[in-house]
Amino acid sequence: MNLDANPAPAALAAYDDPGIVAGPPRGGFRAMLRRLWRHRSGKIGGGLVLLIIFCAIFAPWIAPYDPLKLAMLDRLQPPSLAHPFGTDELGRDLLSRVIYGTRYMILVSVVSTGIAATGGIFLGLLAAAGGRWTDLLVMRLVDIMLAFPYILLLLAVIAILGPSLITALVAVGIAAMPGFARLVRGETLSVRESEYVEAMRVLGAGTLRITFRTILPNIASPLIIYASYTMPLAVLSAAALSFLGLGAQPPLPEWGAMLVQSRSFLRTSTWVVAAPGFAIFFAIIGLNLLGNALRDVLDPKART
Amino acid sequence: MTAYIARRLAMTIPVLFGILFVTFLMKALIPTDAVLALYSGTVSEDKAAEAIAAIRAKYDLDKPWYHQFVLYVGDVARGDLGESVRTRQPVIDEIGYRYVNTMILTLASLVVALIVGLSTGIASAYWKGTWIDEVAMGIGLLGISMPAFFFGLILIFFFSVQLRWLPVMNAGDWKGLILPALTLGLIEAAPISRITRASMIEVLSQDYVKAIRAKGLPESHVVFRHALPNALLSILTILGLLIGGLLGGAFIIEVVFGWRGIGELAVKAIGWRDFTITQAIILVSATTYVMINLVIDILYAWADPRIKLG
Repeated sequence: MNLDANPAPAALAAYDDPGIVAGPPRGGFRAMLRRLWRHRSGKIGGGLVLLIIFCAIFAPWIAPYDPLKLAMLDRLQPPSLAHPFGTDELGRDLLSRVIYGTRYMILVSVVSTGIAATGGIFLGLLAAAGGRWTDLLVMRLVDIMLAFPYILLLLAVIAILGPSLITALVAVGIAAMPGFARLVRGETLSVRESEYVEAMRVLGAGTLRITFRTILPNIASPLIIYASYTMPLAVLSAAALSFLGLGAQPPLPEWGAMLVQSRSFLRTSTWVVAAPGFAIFFAIIGLNLLGNALRDVLDPKART
Repeated sequence: MTAYIARRLAMTIPVLFGILFVTFLMKALIPTDAVLALYSGTVSEDKAAEAIAAIRAKYDLDKPWYHQFVLYVGDVARGDLGESVRTRQPVIDEIGYRYVNTMILTLASLVVALIVGLSTGIASAYWKGTWIDEVAMGIGLLGISMPAFFFGLILIFFFSVQLRWLPVMNAGDWKGLILPALTLGLIEAAPISRITRASMIEVLSQDYVKAIRAKGLPESHVVFRHALPNALLSILTILGLLIGGLLGGAFIIEVVFGWRGIGELAVKAIGWRDFTITQAIILVSATTYVMINLVIDILYAWADPRIKLG
């Protein structure tokens, strides 16, 4: 795919090859996975995340009950063989709801982080590759967004769009955007000075081609590391928003939304609170451990 | 120093205008027209049109946006944050005492976070690699993975339901402050502990510390008089971020504990679609955050004369 009008194809193709131009995950993707698996927290975190992905995909087959089906006769049952996590105030099976909840967690991690990364990469590249005034304008915008505490940014977006699951996803994505933008701009500016980018320019590649095919792959490592920090934060914020009634709304088996009524049951039926609460907790631990391991594996400076 | 403060102040002004512009824009970005919604279906067509025009003129909505922005900035400068859509009362009366409550909660949590974070961080660094370090770092990982609202519920369960030491809901006295401040503070202690540990390890390995030890000064003297002040500098750099985290965290914790602060009100106001209140709270808290960062930067320049505006 040529993005530029007059490329010198063969020579450029050679430079596009990550094997020649120090490609980010050195030794390739499979080697990275192998190193991740040998890493202690990579193994635990990766295991937890794999378990969540498995539950999300196979939820209809492994969940013992329908997560939305009401059964008033079975309401507030303590954990038992029939209901390992107990049932909630409407008789719904908590294990099934926790299993289905993994789908919302994956949705948040992928969609919100995706929005944040896409928007941030766009803004960051625009600032770095655009002219002086574009840079100034974009970075002032980023500064102003960073002048708001994170939760306030979320509330501002939700106040505008109205509370719902979709707006929560968008809000979390937008709130994490300035961080990505700043990172991408900084990394791009430093990579742009390197010799292989110089070589591309000498060979006649245009700005677009250099930006997307040379610079972007080479800033992939810090981007992946940053995304791995963003993901647990995104899951945590989306759950908090649902808990506040500003995200996913109650009948949905979303973990934060399952906790909305929880305080009323603390005295009598602790399991109603424990099931979704610990689900969020372990999901975040998994993401954090995996993120730590990824950083160790991808960042040669951090390796001990 | 004076020149530095002046330059740092000058940098703050555009940011404050940026915040004002964003909160001003929020109103323009709302998809539903509040004035239209006010009258839709209640009166006849032409009467409504008349009333709508009157309201628009009253709130200057018929003026161009830049004129409206100037008026908005003027209002804010005079301390007029508009009136609540729901109660028709001035917003400033509604959020004044709540703002104080939120600041009390934020400050109390900061104290908890600093005490716990600094002491565990120092202990981890001093006994690096021992079981004390392992346990402290493990708890730290749990801390950054724990959702604040769930941790709050756990504390309520143990201290209010099981032990009955503290009230479940805030009754307005100091007892109501303990659990929310502990919840927020203990969670925010985790990052403080990590950073303290890292910078203490670095400082303790430096030559001047070795020299002090070689002189035979007691260990407590080495750690607290010589190493800690230098390690504290790195805490100061992230203090702004931490306070931002606490301020934001307070918004969630206030809902869990029924603490009557601006966060609890903001969440309710979004539900009520009482836009003026949400807007005012976002403006006030973002401004507070910027001001806190300003003070911290000045403190930092005072504490470490090497760092000047780069």
